[in-house]
Amino acid sequence: MIHFVLLISRQGKVRLTKWYSPYSQKERAKVIRELSGVILSRGPKLCNFVEWRGFKVVYKRYASLYFCMCIDQGDNELEILQIIHHFVEILDRYFGSVCELDLIFNFHKAYFILDEILIAGELQESSKRIVARLIDAQDSLVEIAKEQASSLSNMIAQVTK
Amino acid sequence: MGSQGGWGQSKEFLDLVKSIGEARSKAEEDRIVMSEIENLKRRITEPDIPKRKMKEYIIRLVYVEMLGHDASFGYIHAVKMTHDDSLLLKRTGYLAVTLFLNENHDLIILIVNTIQKDLKSDNYLVVCAALTAVCKLINEETIPAVLPQVVELLGHPKEAVKRKAIMALHRFYQRAPSSVAHLISNFRKRLCDNDPGVMGATLCPLFDLIAADANSYKDLVVSFVSILKQVTERRLPKSYDYHQMPAPFIQIRLLKILALLGNGDKQASEHMYIVLGDMFRKCDLSSNIRNAVLYESICCVSSINCSTKLLESAAEVTSQFLKSDSHNLKYMGIDALGRLIKINPEIAEEHQLAVIDCLEDPDDTLKRKTFELLYKMTKSSNVEVIVDRMIDYMISINDNHYKTEISSRCIELAEQFAPSNQWFIQTMNKVFEHAGDLVNVKVAHNLMRLIPEGFGEDNEGADNQLRSSAVESYLRIIGEPKLPSLFLQVICWVLGEYGTADRKFSASYITGKLCDVAEAHPSDDIVKAYAVTAIMKIYAFEIAAGRKVELLPECQSLVDELSASHSTDLQQRAYELQAVLGLDARAVESIMPSDASCEDIEVDKSLSFLDGYVQEALVKGARPYIPESERSGMSNISNFRGQVHHDSSTHGLRFEAYELPKPSGASRIQPAPLAASKELVPVSEPTYPQEILQPASVSSVSETGPTEFKLRLDGIQKKWGRPTYSPTAPSTSNSNPQKTVNGAPQLVVQGAVSSQAHDVSYDSRKTKVEVSPEKQKLAASLFGGWSSKTEKRPTSTNHKTTRVHSAAVEKSQMPTAAVASTEQAAEKESPQQPPLNLLDLGDPTPGDSTASIDPFKQLEGLLGPSDVSSVGNSAVTASKSADIMSLYAESPISGLGGTVANMAPTNSINLTSGVSNAANRNVPVGSASTQVAPVKKGPNPQDSLEKHAVARQVGVTPSVTNPNLFRDLLG
Repeated sequence: MIHFVLLISRQGKVRLTKWYSPYSQKERAKVIRELSGVILSRGPKLCNFVEWRGFKVVYKRYASLYFCMCIDQGDNELEILQIIHHFVEILDRYFGSVCELDLIFNFHKAYFILDEILIAGELQESSKRIVARLIDAQDSLVEIAKEQASSLSNMIAQVTK
Repeated sequence: MGSQGGWGQSKEFLDLVKSIGEARSKAEEDRIVMSEIENLKRRITEPDIPKRKMKEYIIRLVYVEMLGHDASFGYIHAVKMTHDDSLLLKRTGYLAVTLFLNENHDLIILIVNTIQKDLKSDNYLVVCAALTAVCKLINEETIPAVLPQVVELLGHPKEAVKRKAIMALHRFYQRAPSSVAHLISNFRKRLCDNDPGVMGATLCPLFDLIAADANSYKDLVVSFVSILKQVTERRLPKSYDYHQMPAPFIQIRLLKILALLGNGDKQASEHMYIVLGDMFRKCDLSSNIRNAVLYESICCVSSINCSTKLLESAAEVTSQFLKSDSHNLKYMGIDALGRLIKINPEIAEEHQLAVIDCLEDPDDTLKRKTFELLYKMTKSSNVEVIVDRMIDYMISINDNHYKTEISSRCIELAEQFAPSNQWFIQTMNKVFEHAGDLVNVKVAHNLMRLIPEGFGEDNEGADNQLRSSAVESYLRIIGEPKLPSLFLQVICWVLGEYGTADRKFSASYITGKLCDVAEAHPSDDIVKAYAVTAIMKIYAFEIAAGRKVELLPECQSLVDELSASHSTDLQQRAYELQAVLGLDARAVESIMPSDASCEDIEVDKSLSFLDGYVQEALVKGARPYIPESERSGMSNISNFRGQVHHDSSTHGLRFEAYELPKPSGASRIQPAPLAASKELVPVSEPTYPQEILQPASVSSVSETGPTEFKLRLDGIQKKWGRPTYSPTAPSTSNSNPQKTVNGAPQLVVQGAVSSQAHDVSYDSRKTKVEVSPEKQKLAASLFGGWSSKTEKRPTSTNHKTTRVHSAAVEKSQMPTAAVASTEQAAEKESPQQPPLNLLDLGDPTPGDSTASIDPFKQLEGLLGPSDVSSVGNSAVTASKSADIMSLYAESPISGLGGTVANMAPTNSINLTSGVSNAANRNVPVGSASTQVAPVKKGPNPQDSLEKHAVARQVGVTPSVTNPNLFRDLLG
């Protein structure tokens, strides 16, 4: 199972963290500090895996952003690498050629997308289309809510004028 | 909402994110976050916060927490937000609580009720949000509260809900296996689900169940094999393809399960031969996902009772991995080799050079993996080389965790394969010297046992040799500074036990050394204790051998010091030493026999040597001893236990809803009978565990007693419910529309209503858009570079709004037309590229083409006073939000085309679900998608241009220090 997902920038800034196993606030900070130290200093041609405290951390760099996932000893690293890529592809479709900036300012949306891909530390849906459809359904609800809110406030504004 | 920035949040929030982004050091970042925390603390408790604002505060809390700071002051507000009726707010609330709270947090009890309600919601998105929260938040104690609802959701019409429900049950299984023990048949049933997503999800709990008990699932081997076969034959919908590979993630899960089922079972394994053979047939290392599946196939082959042919294929793939240039594949190859050599050690031989290369590689990860392989293939012939390598590596690293691991491996190998005593002792010394503090205490104790016991049972001479070589080497090492405490303990113990055994060293020499050790480590009580006891042993052996003993002066001072020590243990040892010195040889020999640490000490548990004393006392009239179990007062211990257990089960919190109060006031007056009736009446949820646990006792009247102790949640619920919450509710203008949106019926009926709603809303948006161009022009006149932008913006947005109107008018024709056109598009597109929409034709506006000449130069105009950001805001927000909708707009429809085209002739996997799913999509979304379709996807200058524009409004500029911020992640 995936224990946590970290998105760290080249400069070591945290862009997103999702914990599927219980870690206290203190442990989280320690994990991030340790891992960013290890991962950011690794050369480009080395493995995308790091053994860490009896777990394995699979990471991949996209532009300036490192996507890291921590998994158990028995898990398949190459599969996790592809899950990361799957996530990035979905982000890319959603944001339209996603860049780090999108994630910085829309981290909550990235969380919502992640929640449709992983659940309880497992991959819950491997079809990009279905994930996209679900996120779309949620977003369209948001849109409708916004539209109705603005139309209603418009009407109220006109009535109270 | 005038202050809204480009991403839908307030300027204030964007500024915060920006300033964090620009922080030069962690300290500066911390300072900014601290002031934000103070700010939020103050603001969040203000009365009458509009819900929208509150939502943003919650997101800001998430941000603060994400950066590693404590936002616990705001948790309660996130919890409150989950109670909200609007899905928008509810979803944010759930997101925040799942990020904030661990499963054992106190606040979870406040969410359980909401989750229960939401699981029953008729809007499937609400149910999905609740299920996501269930996976994170529900702990062992609260599982019974939601279990019936979650089980019910397994039959939900929406696949997404079913899938999440299965994953929730999987989580429950991980938390408390017994809680879902009665539901295993449900998992088996869901394995045959028509939807591949649901089937794939079911593999997760099944994997865990099979890992725990493979024998009960042997009957499924054939099913798993046939599913895997169908997957590889591309019988699943094409949407599950990943990089041209059919449903690889499902394949991997299946292979993992087959590996468990075939382990040590020839019959089960034979079923898998054909399908596994097929896996290796198409073996090329071009795509990563194929490699992942290949690797998993190797793991499966190495686990099952495999045929030689399969083993050959697996070895072939492994050697290809090892020969690859990619470090990742080499790593996987080393791992695979480690698995295969368990079956056939000879496989390793042809890869010797590759393994050595990996061992020499500068990549630490690869090196460690290779050490793991070496560890697995160590024999007595190669142990010296391997262990020496390991120790060298161990000395060179700082990672304590790995140091511990590798040192214990060294020790294990040394104990198992040591070619000579000399080498063994030297190896142990090295390991202890460099990793002594990290070595498990057990290992040290093991060594202390190993030295007296020796390797060979009947070779006393060799054992003696081992001991004296240990003593010699320890005496050499003992003077070195900074020896780890554990190592010193071993040294002291061995010197005490065997220091004078071969008469090579005098007692005074060894005791002198031991005194030095104790002196050199004044703060380490354990080492001092070991040293003193060692000294005592040496003197005792001397006395027993009839030699005269002189206490060395430094020894005397040590004993004096320790007898005044704060540690009672040290004091006692010092006094014992003094006492032993005063005894005669015979007594000393019986308390401190030489080389007897391995002799069994007989313990007389029945204290038979006291029998005479007891007898005497009884004769004198003492009362005989009565065993504890027979004493009165505790007459029935098993009964008592049963009661405790029973009580604990009924005292637990109850989460099912109480009955509605009777119309008369009877319930107030007679609470006890009501409680009793509650217990007696069979509840409509038959799976509720409490009922299952004690069906017999339910009928007993005495049960009403315990029920009165229960926490009555209905009274509490009112406190946290609507009344106290309403003060924070916003003005009606905000909450009303959200409420209407939330209901699912709305979605279905909306076809008629929405066209009006859309008209109105888009009108309102249009007016906004019309205002902003004026501002834009103003900006353009102030900052020259804006002009091309202003030309472009209005055209594209107008474009959209006109389309909206046409969509509203031609509402009935539009969707069918869209299906037809996107179907064509779906056929034309190559699977890797994001589909281009045919409706896209009108999009490249003149403004666009001019903009693409030199986007950066023109955008420069945006830099400068922050006023600019607010000017362009509304226009960009409009187009940006439209973008988001459009991105996925055509996917459902083209999905329909894809699945239809892909329909396989088999019945085993029902493809109609995909079709009906697409058809289920409500009309408004469909029409909305066609409205905003003309926005491109993929790498596209316009996209990045917009992003730059938005970014600069917020104030983020691609600076020299961080130019990558804007680069496409997939670029």
